This record gives sequence, C-alpha cells and structure tokens, in this order.
Amino acid sequence: MDGLARPASIDPDMRARCLTDLDDLESQSVFILREAFRKVEKLGLLWSIGKDSNVLVWLARKAFFGRVPFPAIHIDTSYKLPEMIRFRERMAREWGLELIVGRNHAALAEGMNHTRGRVACCTALKTEGLKEVIQRHGFTGVIAGIRRDEEGTRAKERVFSPRAENAEWNFRDQPPEFWNHFNTEFPPGIHLRIHPLLHWTELDVWRYVRREGIPVVDLYFARGGRRYRSLGCAPCTGTVASEAADIDALIAELESTRIAERAGRAQDQEAEDAFERLRAGGYM
Amino acid sequence: MHNGRAFPIAIVGHVDHGKSTLIGRLLHDTGALPEGKVAALKEASRKRGMPFEWSFVMDALKIERDQGITIDTTRIRFASAARPYVIIDAPGHVEFLKNMLTGAAAAEAAILVVDVIEGLSEQTRRHAFLLNLLGIREIIVAVNKMDRCGYAKDAFDRVAHAASRYLAGLDLAAAAIIPISARNGDMIARRSVSPSWYDGPSVLQALDALAGAPDEADRPLRLPVQDVYKFDERRIIVGRIESGRLRAGDRLTFSPGGRSARIASLESWNAQEAVTAAAGQSVGLTLDEDIFVERGQVASAPDAAPPAASRLKLRLFHFGHAPLRAGDAVRLQIGLAERAATIEAVESVVDINDLTRRSAAAIGRHDIADVVLHSRTPVAVETALEGRHLGRGILRRGHHIVAGFLVAAVLDAPQAAPVAGAARHLTPVTSAVPPAERSAAWGHAGAVLWLTGLSGAGKSTLALALERELFRRDWRAVLLDGDSLRRGLNADLGFSEAARAENVRRIGAVARHLAESGMIAIVACIAPRAIHRERLRHALGPLFHEVYVKASLDLCERRDVKGLYAKARRGEIASFTGVSDPYEPPAAPELEIGTDGPTPAECLGHLLEYVERVFRPADVRRLAS
Repeated sequence: MDGLARPASIDPDMRARCLTDLDDLESQSVFILREAFRKVEKLGLLWSIGKDSNVLVWLARKAFFGRVPFPAIHIDTSYKLPEMIRFRERMAREWGLELIVGRNHAALAEGMNHTRGRVACCTALKTEGLKEVIQRHGFTGVIAGIRRDEEGTRAKERVFSPRAENAEWNFRDQPPEFWNHFNTEFPPGIHLRIHPLLHWTELDVWRYVRREGIPVVDLYFARGGRRYRSLGCAPCTGTVASEAADIDALIAELESTRIAERAGRAQDQEAEDAFERLRAGGYM
Repeated sequence: MHNGRAFPIAIVGHVDHGKSTLIGRLLHDTGALPEGKVAALKEASRKRGMPFEWSFVMDALKIERDQGITIDTTRIRFASAARPYVIIDAPGHVEFLKNMLTGAAAAEAAILVVDVIEGLSEQTRRHAFLLNLLGIREIIVAVNKMDRCGYAKDAFDRVAHAASRYLAGLDLAAAAIIPISARNGDMIARRSVSPSWYDGPSVLQALDALAGAPDEADRPLRLPVQDVYKFDERRIIVGRIESGRLRAGDRLTFSPGGRSARIASLESWNAQEAVTAAAGQSVGLTLDEDIFVERGQVASAPDAAPPAASRLKLRLFHFGHAPLRAGDAVRLQIGLAERAATIEAVESVVDINDLTRRSAAAIGRHDIADVVLHSRTPVAVETALEGRHLGRGILRRGHHIVAGFLVAAVLDAPQAAPVAGAARHLTPVTSAVPPAERSAAWGHAGAVLWLTGLSGAGKSTLALALERELFRRDWRAVLLDGDSLRRGLNADLGFSEAARAENVRRIGAVARHLAESGMIAIVACIAPRAIHRERLRHALGPLFHEVYVKASLDLCERRDVKGLYAKARRGEIASFTGVSDPYEPPAAPELEIGTDGPTPAECLGHLLEYVERVFRPADVRRLAS
C-alpha cells in the first residue's frame, strides 16, 4: 500500500522462530479455505454458531482480507438454545455475513422432535435440512468445522471429502490426500465437504479464540457450577460440571480434563455406533 | 524449542504386526486417552464376547472392529516429557495403500512395526520403500511381539539384521531398532525389565531423540501462487511460502514466465503488520508493478528461480486401478500448477522385495516405477533432492488421483529456439508496448484460439460468430481463415505433407504475432496432422489454445457447405482431408465442441464461456461483493 520504504521491524530469522503451533494451524486452514474458494464453484460455510464454526468464519476473514465471500449456512432445527439465535443475528450483522437459514419445515410440521428418537430427529432436522439447503441453492461445496479429535468417525475424514448425490459418505473408499494436493474434481452430482479445522483440537480452538478475541456464545462459560462444552439443540445438549467462568479458566480446565467433548450430546449415546450412522447418512 | 508444535510421526508396517496395539499402548501409557475410553472399549468387547485389545482404541469404527482391519488413517496426539507428538496410524492392508500415503505423507519420522516371528513381509518392505519416497529419513524399527518368542535375543537379531540390510539398500539407517511387546507395554513408554539383554532406548526415548525435518525457511524462496484477489483497489497475490523467506521490497520472479516485480506490501487482516514472512506462512502480497501473475507460477528470488521444464524423469508410486502405459494422457500437478501431460516411456518397475528393476510395458496397481513424462507446457520444477515442494507431485486420470511421484531428473530446460541460417545476424525489435500494458488497457490477454476439425465441421462459422461477438464486447479479436490465407500469404503452397506443414507454421507465426500484441487470434484451419499442431504448441507455448470442432465425417459430408466432399468423392480433389487424406483428431485439446447435436448458438456459447474464463484478466478474480 505505502510502497517500499517500510523499515524492517522484526529480523526474519526471529520471525521464523516465532511461528507457533497456532500460526501453523491458521496458515494451513487459510490455505485450505483459499483452495476451496478457488476450486469450488458454489461454496457455502456451515455456521453452527458454535465455537468451531466461529473460528471458521474468522479464518475465512483472514484468508480473504476481512470478507467472507460466500454465504454462511445455519441449519436451524427450531430447538436451538435461544442464546445461539440471538448470537447468530448479532454476529451475522457485525461480520457482514450473507446468512442462509435452513429448516426442515415439513418434518417440523409433522411434529418431529427428539422424543421420536434422537437419531431420527437429528437425521430429519439437521441432515435432511442441510440436504435441502444444498439442493435449493445448488451448493457444490460446503465448509464445515469438524475436527479429528471430536469423535472416532470424524478422525477418519479427509480435508476435501466427497459426498454422493444423497449426501452419503463412503468412508471405505476415500480419495488419497497428501502433500496438499486436494482432490477437488469429481463427477457431477458429487458435492464436497471441506474441513479446514480437521487437524485442530478442542484446546487449539479455545487458545485461538483467546488469541484472536473471537466472540463466542457465553453458554460456554460456567454459571452456577455448570457450562456447555458443546452447543446443540436444547433438549439434547447437556452441561458439564465446571467452574470455568472465563476463557483463561476454561483453557486451564481443558488442559487438565480428559472427559470426551461430545459426552454432553445425548444422540451419540443412543447406540454404540449411533454417531457413525449419523455421519454415513450425511450428518455434519 | 517446539513452540507447542506437535511432531508428526507415522506408524507403519504389515497388517497384524501390531501397529494399532502399539498406538493404543503409547496413548494409554502417556496418559493421552480421554477418561473412560478404555473402560468403554472393554465393555464393548465384553458385549461382543471377545477379549479386549489395545488396538480397539484406534479402531474406533464398528466396521473395523468387525473386520479386524484399520480402514483409514487417524491422528491422535500424545506428549512425552520432551515434546508433543501427533501420531498417524496407517493401515497395513495392501488395498489401503492410498490411505497409508495420506497419513504418512504428513509425517517427519516413522515407526516401522515388524512382527518378530513373521519378520519383514513384502508389505513391510513396501512401507519402508514408500517412507523413503515420501522423503521420511528418520525411521525407528519396533520389533514387536517379543513376548511371543520369550524375549529371545537371537529372534530379535535376525529381524533387526534383515531390517538394517533392507534400509541400507534404500540408503537409510534406522534411528533405533527396539525389541518391544506392545501388548504388555514393554519398552514403549517405560523401560521395562523385559527383555533383560537390551540396553538401548525405549520407543519414547528414541522418539525424543529424533531431529525432525530441517527448517524449510533456510532453503531458497518458493512461493507458489495460489490465487490473485481483487476484492478492493488492492491486487493481492496469495499463497503459502513453502520454503525460504521474503521481505517487503524484495524483487520476485514468477516462473514459468520469468516476469519480475518488487513486493510493495504484505497484506493481512487482524494481524500485526509485518514486513517479513517465512516458510509455512500463508501470505498475501502486492507488487509494485502490474505484471501478469497466475495460479501455479512460483515466486522466487530472481537469481535462484526454479527451472521451467516439460520433460521429466519421475519415480512414481501408482495406486490407480487401470494400468499406466506409455502414451497415456494424465493431468500433472506440481505445486499448484496443473498441466496436461503424457507418459512418454515406462523405463522400469521396481521389485519391492529385492529392490531390483525390471522393464515393463505397463505399471500395475501399487507398482513403483520410473517413467519419462512429457508436460504439454513447461512447469516450474526441481528435482526432489533440490526442493521438497517442487520436486514432487501427483498424477490424475479423469476424476482420480492415481499416482504420487518424486522428480528424479529434469530432462530439458527449454531454451529459445535456435535461430536458423542468416537470420542469426538480424536484431529482432520487440514492441514498444509490453503485453501486460495492452491486457490492462483492453481487459483481456492475447491468445491464439486454433479451431481444428474436418471440413464442414463448422470451424469458419464458429470463428466468424466468435469474432463478431468479441468485437461487440469490445475485445481485440482477429480472424485468420486457412482458406482465405491460401489466396495470399500461402498462395505458393500446395497440399503435400511439407506444404501443409509450412502452411500451418506460417499461420502460427502470424497468429503468434497478433497474440503477443495482445489480440485474440481466431484461427480456422484444419491442420489435419497432430504433429503439426504439436509443433505449434511448442512454438507458441501457453498462447496456444487448441479447440477441436468435432463433427462426424458423415455429417460433414452431408452438410458439404462448400461442395468439396462431392468433388473429392468424384476424384476432382486429389488430397482431401477426411476422404483421401487422414485427419488426426487432437488427443487432449483445451476445448472440444461437438457440432453434431447442439445449435450454432449453443456452440458459440460454449466457446465464449471458455474465452471469458481463460482470457479475461486471468490473474484477477472479480467478485460479486
């Protein structure tokens, strides 16, 4: 911008040595987002309002110099915690997002809720809701904030993961992915899920939230000795015992705890392979 | 100092030799597992009526537990007292080779697990070989299941010796060879009493002693251009620095092409303003001059630019289903560059067991082979020894990635064509207006759009319609029609092989001049011989865009707009392409337009879409925002 005459404030050798693990993760995620933007014709970002997808939005703004040059998609089951919806409306304005809210109106009209079976409810309201948005808007690629450390099946994912027409995930025969040569070319009818946070851990996410000052729903912070570790629908998302009322306390707590992150998600516990079945059917 | 960065290691070896068990143990013994995980898995095992296995920790998918095979790679972290690690489990089953590559390619070091009773299998050797191909030089050999042979030293020595010998054949030395029992936890995280005769390091100690890959920041600058953004008044070139360092004010050269400019600024959002950047960083930068830059070019220091080449010797590992043969067309990806390429020759296939080579006509699934590859246009490349990033890549066929490769040698470094005869005494004068200035003023790049196809396929019709439409859109486009030029420029030429070649060369030379002057030269000319068009491609380089206007001979003859087929059939035309002379259709044109089915308007739409996409400021992405 202001030409060539800027003095060097940091020695390049110093700078190289100062790169932290968070810098590495950020750089890799930015690279992935730019690949997706370049290669995918109609791109959207799944914004669950949770900490991970807030980090995704943030990384997109890093990658595209303050903008998010594709729509943010929120699949609203109508059962989301009200704080999440308020946060969505506020941040969408603040971040200048093009927001698409998807809802499976038909299933809701028929009275779908978690009492009909948690997996059935998730499939109808989230998986089918997402499929409907993908078809209606013609998305050929959807960015999602899943991480390998969340759960066993997510650990099997690729960064660029193809989904067949019915959104199914064939985890038995996935394309190879190495040296950052991502496979982005597939026959018509296939859409891509893109996972820029795949290699992040829950702790990385929180440390990055702290470093960058990324807004998150305050349900993550403890009130009365309990907090949400993961945000979903009100009936199926529980709290964990915690005294972490702010982000520093939260990070300190995570550094010492070993309880699985999705432990508060009731739908995963329904059967031993419930989450795997959800994922194979196209769940995020 | 590790800066919190996890050291990535791959764990490879034959199926059933105990990789997953080793990992389960490592995680447990270093306290990396979530609370309750082992208890839950023990409960799941009990329900299935089978004894608990440590490998269940990694084999989290139900299908894997049922089949007893790890299907895909996973990454799990643990930490020693010295540093954090991320382990990449790699499936050993031969069918899952591509998954092993996916995992192992990200590693800086590896543990090769070998069953002390079964010894080195073909699979073990293949994995060791692939680690070498992937550039992983630090390998720990874990000789597993020592409990099954009573911790016998001679059994260990046999396997250790075989492993050392094989690795030596790959020019590698094991960082350590350790007798372990993954099941019992011997010599993994803790030094145990068994085996009593062993005084070397445990697996964890050996890991902590690894140096890791050298710092890429110390190598020459390689910044592959990922994209060029123009969200606002800034034209920002983005990419990740693969090696080296840069600083605002540095001069960069972009290869291939060789144009250069200085870095005006480093751009970022919500980050401390920086004037330097180094390997590993995804950066955005602006230049002080508006030179043409596109994805796939590589920015470097002007005096240390990578060569641009089109003939390469590759060592590749093939995992496609269909055999790969000489003459096969592939898509080549090196760095962020993509090229159409052909396998020119299959030199040899490597025998994994004894590392000997044999000649072969075809490369089968999971073969490792040496080939000569011909890229249609030059690409910035280095040998694998010179540069990690530009010394390796992948091959794609259709929608599938079928091979990964290392560049063993660069066979050409294309130079300017030698100037023939007396012409060497001439001094060429280049235009006063550089191409970048014209394309900036006119809003499009210069190019040659060569429409080839049978007489009557619709070349001239399409070329005329395109010229008219581009003119309407304010583009600089000129038609060169083969038939028309034969009345003037090429009036002295007949239809012999040599005359046809000269005809194509002359039209190519004129078209090139126009394209270099920033115009779109639309050429409608049969150019029936593939070799003539290949010469054009060589002479014109990236300016040349081959458009195959495709119609069946039958239809062309029925159309017979100029009445030529009728004449040829009556024998009134001696050598007529399609009737008495062959037409060699392009194997891999930039664009193919079938005119049998669609209307002329649809064909034009197709062509326009290509022209807009490829020649419209190709280096700038305009955004709706």
